[in-house]
Amino acid sequence: MSTARSAVLRDAVGLGLAVGLYGVAFGAAADAAGLDPWQATTLSLLMFTGASQFALVGVLGAGGGVAAAVGSALLLGTRNTVYGVRLVPLLQPRGPVRRVGTAHWVIDETTALAIAAPDRALARLAFLVGGATIYLGWNLTTLLGALGASGLGETAQAALDAVVPAAFLALLWPRLRRSSPEAAVQRRVAVGGAVVALALTPVVPAGVQVIAAVVAVALAGRPRPVSAP
Amino acid sequence: MSGTALWAAVLAGSLGCYLLKLAGLSVPAAWVEQPWVARVVDFVPAALLAALVAVQAATSGNALVLDGRLVGLAVAALALALRAPFIVVLVLAGVAGALVHVLAG
Repeated sequence: MSTARSAVLRDAVGLGLAVGLYGVAFGAAADAAGLDPWQATTLSLLMFTGASQFALVGVLGAGGGVAAAVGSALLLGTRNTVYGVRLVPLLQPRGPVRRVGTAHWVIDETTALAIAAPDRALARLAFLVGGATIYLGWNLTTLLGALGASGLGETAQAALDAVVPAAFLALLWPRLRRSSPEAAVQRRVAVGGAVVALALTPVVPAGVQVIAAVVAVALAGRPRPVSAP
Repeated sequence: MSGTALWAAVLAGSLGCYLLKLAGLSVPAAWVEQPWVARVVDFVPAALLAALVAVQAATSGNALVLDGRLVGLAVAALALALRAPFIVVLVLAGVAGALVHVLAG
């Protein structure tokens, strides 16, 4: 096996295992929001895109309605549309059947793995192996988290209540780090989103403030003109 | 919320998110690769995730609430700033939330 090939496989499997930890947190968050373990696992099987799943159960847990919960999941799901566009030239899924199958695994992690691979054959391998590992790990650990969180006592419930916002913060954090592109703008948008959500909480139906927070994206300003080198 | 409504949210959200993925593999690239589309998509997660952090940590229904969750969040922020791994961040936040619950009990 070539070194490039084994490096691709190692990254794909390693990422799959790391994502598993988030699956436990998601299963627990879904339980805290009032979903049963089957609903939590169905989300991981069918929705299979972490941030949207967390948003859906986050809004439901805050007392939000179906429309607000689905709306916030869809807003976060728009990322995957952009990823798909980037993946077409790499994966070249021919025909409707291949495209329908490939689409289900288009997420942050598989996109990062495929784009990082040194050539097109390895990009396909990274996408498939990464997708399979993450899909299996994410679903198994969701079920574990959901089953583990149901039937907790009162103090453990208080602990879980504090874990859920911490999990959202951990999802947000990498975007705010100095090393991420336009970290200062990301921070401005994040603070704006939090302020809008808190300000609207007393006056709108629960859950709607999360979707309304998307107006904070306006703080990012216009796209930068492409500068000449 | 009823089980039926929860299932409706689970299934409708799953279908919608799948169609967004499929759209990326199906529509002409030029539709998506406009500078303002890229701009909005880049910054939507920061706005929404921050809103969810705030709502999960400091509200209950339509009220703003200060309790152990906010203490847990502060501990989590500190742990993240010190580059603690995900699982450590969650455990520390959970311990902080449980401690406040016991002490305030």
